[in-house]
Amino acid sequence: MAKVELRGVNKQFGSVHVIKDINLTVEDHEFVVFVGPSGCGKSTLLRLIAGLEEITSGEIDIDGARVDHLAPARRGVAMVFQSYALYPHFTVAQNMGYALRVAKEDKAVIDRKVREAAEILQLTEYLDRKPKALSGGQRQRVAIGRAIVRDPKVFLFDEPLSNLDAKLRVQMRIELTRLHRELNATMIYVTHDQVEAMTMADKIVVLRDGRVEQIGAPLDLYNTPDNRFVAGFIGSPAMNFFAGRAESVSDAGVEVALEGGTRFTFPCETPGVKAGDVVEFGVRPEHFSIGGNGDGGSDGALKGEVYAVERLGGETYLYLNSGSYRDIVAHMSGDAPISIGDSVEIGFSLARSHLFGPDGQSIR
Amino acid sequence: MEHRRNAGLETWLMYIFLIGSTIAVLYPIFMMLMSGFKTNAEIFGAPFSLPKSLNLDNYKTIWTTTDVPRYLLNSAIVTIISVALLLVTGTMAAYAISRYKFRGAIMVSMFFLAGLMLPLRLAIIPLFVQMKSMGLVDNLLGLIFIYTAMSLPSTVFILSGFLRALPGELEDSARVDGASELRIMVEIMVPLITPALVIAGIYNAVPIWNDFFFPLIFIQTPENRTLAQGLTTFFGEYSVNFGVLYAGLTLAALPIVVVFIIQSRRFIAGMTAGAIK
Ligand SMILES: Nc1ncnc2c1ncn2[C@@H]1O[C@H](COP(=O)(O)OP(=O)(O)OP(=O)(O)O)[C@@H](O)[C@H]1O
Ligand SMILES: [Mg+2]
Repeated sequence: MAKVELRGVNKQFGSVHVIKDINLTVEDHEFVVFVGPSGCGKSTLLRLIAGLEEITSGEIDIDGARVDHLAPARRGVAMVFQSYALYPHFTVAQNMGYALRVAKEDKAVIDRKVREAAEILQLTEYLDRKPKALSGGQRQRVAIGRAIVRDPKVFLFDEPLSNLDAKLRVQMRIELTRLHRELNATMIYVTHDQVEAMTMADKIVVLRDGRVEQIGAPLDLYNTPDNRFVAGFIGSPAMNFFAGRAESVSDAGVEVALEGGTRFTFPCETPGVKAGDVVEFGVRPEHFSIGGNGDGGSDGALKGEVYAVERLGGETYLYLNSGSYRDIVAHMSGDAPISIGDSVEIGFSLARSHLFGPDGQSIR
Repeated sequence: MEHRRNAGLETWLMYIFLIGSTIAVLYPIFMMLMSGFKTNAEIFGAPFSLPKSLNLDNYKTIWTTTDVPRYLLNSAIVTIISVALLLVTGTMAAYAISRYKFRGAIMVSMFFLAGLMLPLRLAIIPLFVQMKSMGLVDNLLGLIFIYTAMSLPSTVFILSGFLRALPGELEDSARVDGASELRIMVEIMVPLITPALVIAGIYNAVPIWNDFFFPLIFIQTPENRTLAQGLTTFFGEYSVNFGVLYAGLTLAALPIVVVFIIQSRRFIAGMTAGAIK
C-alpha cells in the first residue's frame, strides 16, 4: 500500500486545458474521494493517476517512486470502471485472474488468489459464470474482485456505484467501506454523489473546472468551507445564500445588511472585505430555526412566506420566499404544523452561518 | 373480428410470398442436385422427375476421369488462404483505424473506402503487368494476393463498424491489467466481434470461390485452374453428358452452402447486431 503524490499536474487535450496545476497528497491507507460537478475533470484526473492518459506537465509519485512515465500496469494501481468493463467472453474467474495470467503468474497461485477474492466478495458460486449471467451488483463485485486479486498499491474507482439502484448502492457503499478497512488499502474514489463522499471518505477533494477548490475531512468541508463553491456543493439540500452589503468593518467583525433591513455583525478575524462590498451570507437548511423552534438561535431573522412543504415523516422541508430572496430551503425535524401560505420567522445563529466576500472566499 | 380476419389474410399473403420465393430460389438448386444423380437418358426422358436411384456414377466419373478434383483443391486453397489472410490483415487495419487516434487515420480510412468504390477490373492491365513482373502470373499465390487486396476494403468497412462500437473502458481495463496492445486486440477485442468476422468471411468467400474473371486472365496452365474456370473446359468436354455436368455444378456449390449453413446463426446474429440493444 502506498502514498500517492501529485505535484503541479496539468492535462491538456489539444487546446483544452482540463486539469490545472493539481497538487495533492493521498496518504497511505487513506480513502480519498474526488467530487465535483459533471465535466470538472474527476475521471480525467483518475485516468492520469492510472496512466490511461498522459500528463501534459507535472509529476506523479506512487510509493515514493515517480510513475508518470510508466505504463498503467507498472504503476501498481487497479481501477474499477463505471461500466464495470468486464470481459464478456471470460468467466468470472477468468476475469478476475486475467491480470495475473498476463503477468505469467503460476496457475495454482492465480487460482488461490481468485478464490480468496471471491470469498471476500461472496462470489464463489459464480466463478464459472459469464458476466452476462450476473446481476448488476454481482458484476460490480466482480469488477472489484478483479482489482483485489492484483493486490495493488492503490485502488482507483470511477463512479463504481452509479449504475446500481438506490438500495444496492447503500449496500455496496457499506461493503466498500468494510473492504477498505479489511484490505487497509489506499483508495481513490470518484463520485458526484454527496452521500457517498461524506460517508466513505477520510478526505474529500472538491474539484471545479480542473482545479482543486478545497481538500479536507468531510465534516471540515461541511463546517468550514473555504469558499462559496464548496459551501454550495457540500451538503444536501444545498446551503442558502443571501446577497447583502458590508456596511462597516471593525475589530468585532463585518456589519452586514441584508435586504428587508436585517442587520448583524458577523464576527471574524481577517475580514478581507471593506465597507460597501457586496457579500453573501450563507445558512444551511438544517441550521435555521423556524418560528423560534429548532437550534438555529436568533442572532438574526428573516420573514418568509412558505410556498411549499415536503413532509417526509421524520423531517420536513419548507420552501420559502422572502422579499427578493427566493427559494429558501429550511429543514425541520419531525412533522411541523406549518402550511402553505404561512408567514414564518426564519432565524439563524451566526456561529453556524457563513459569510463570503466578493471573490467568493470565506470570511472567518 | 373484421380486423382479425384482415390480419390473418395479411399473414397468409406474406407466407405465400415467402414460400413462393423460397421455391423460386431452391427449385433450380434442387433440380441441379437431382440431375446429378440421373443418367443422360433419364434427364432427357423425364427432365422434371426424381432420379430412379441415388446413382453416384456421375460423381465417380468426375472423380476418376476429370480434373475437377484438382480444380476443387485449387479453389479451396485460394479461397481459404485468401479469406484467412484477408481477415487477419483486415482486422489489423480496421483495429488501427477504429481504436487508435493517429495522424492520417482519416486518410487511411478514406483510402480503404475508395477501394470500395473503384472496380479493380478497370485496372486489369497495369495489374497484369505488375503481377507479371513479380512472377505471380499463372500462380495461385497471385490470385490469393489479388483477392485479398480486392476484398480488404469491404472487410475493413464491416469490421471497423463493429470495432468502433466496443466500449473503450474494456480496452482501458485490459491496459491496467497489463496486457500489451497486441494482446488486447487478440484476446479481448477481436473475440467480441466474431459475428462480424463471419460476415466479412462469408461475404468475401462467395465471390472469391465463384470468381471466373481473374483466373481466366492470370491462370494458364490447366493444373492451376480454379473450379469456376475449370468447369468451362469441363462443359466443353462433357456437353453430351448432362448428368456429369450437374454433378460438377453441385460440387462447385456445395462447400459454400455447407459453410453458410454451419455459420448461419452467427451470420444472422452479426447482420442484426445493434438492431436491438
Ligand atoms: N479525450 C478527450 N479529449 C478532449 N476533451 C476531453 C477528453 N476527455 C475528457 N475531456 C474533457 O475534459 C473535461 C473533464 O472530463 P471528465 O470526464 O474528467 O469529467 P468528469 O468530472 O469525470 O465528469 P462526469 O462527472 O460527468 O463523469 C470535460 O470537459 C471533457 O469534455
Ligand atoms: Mg467521469
